Amino acid sequence: MAIKIYAEALDPWHEIQAYQAEMPQLAGRYGATSVFIGTMRDFNEGDEVKGMMLEHYPSMTEKQLEKIVEQAGSRWQVLETLVVHRVGNIRPQDPIVLVAVWASHRGDAFDACRYITEALKSRAPFWKKEMLSSGESRWVNKNTDGYRKS
Amino acid sequence: MSIKVRYFASLKELLQRADDEVSAEGISCVRDVWQAANPHQTLPENVLAAVNMEYVELDAPVQEGDIVAFFPPVTGG
Repeated sequence: MAIKIYAEALDPWHEIQAYQAEMPQLAGRYGATSVFIGTMRDFNEGDEVKGMMLEHYPSMTEKQLEKIVEQAGSRWQVLETLVVHRVGNIRPQDPIVLVAVWASHRGDAFDACRYITEALKSRAPFWKKEMLSSGESRWVNKNTDGYRKS
Repeated sequence: MSIKVRYFASLKELLQRADDEVSAEGISCVRDVWQAANPHQTLPENVLAAVNMEYVELDAPVQEGDIVAFFPPVTGG
């Protein structure tokens, strides 16, 4: 398990490659890698957003993320997990979060990756403040439910 | 000995400070900590609390040396 908080640019694909390279014991054992990458949009709640500041509670963040990853590991057969989250100033198109799960089979990888992602959004102490194109700024009150209304 | 108090995000802006320290005397739960640190400020309804970096309810016990944090709903990911 690895949990990382970055105050500067996050390259999720590099992170995945580098983590796999550090884990030679995984070679030949995993048949599924499930990846979620959250990227900053330039719109939210009907407004144009030109930037974002992400605050967090250092130490509690890592503690809660560890707990979430451990819970996923007890529910599904997971070989390895990598969670990387940005803090600080972020612009549209910047990756905000990476969740990657390695497992022998896709069911465990998909389910654990989704569980960690959803739990992180509701339990890890991060807060987003949006800078709007209008010049105003506002704290995001709650995450959207993440699913497009049909 | 005292209790350390921390505030984050919009709550930190509302109170115009990031932390406080209150005496543990007469304090038994998280809600008491808020009262001691913010006697003229009602605890906002949606505020979450943590003691020593674990989520707790507002009636959770607190003792000297604890770090109590108050913050709005989280919006990471």
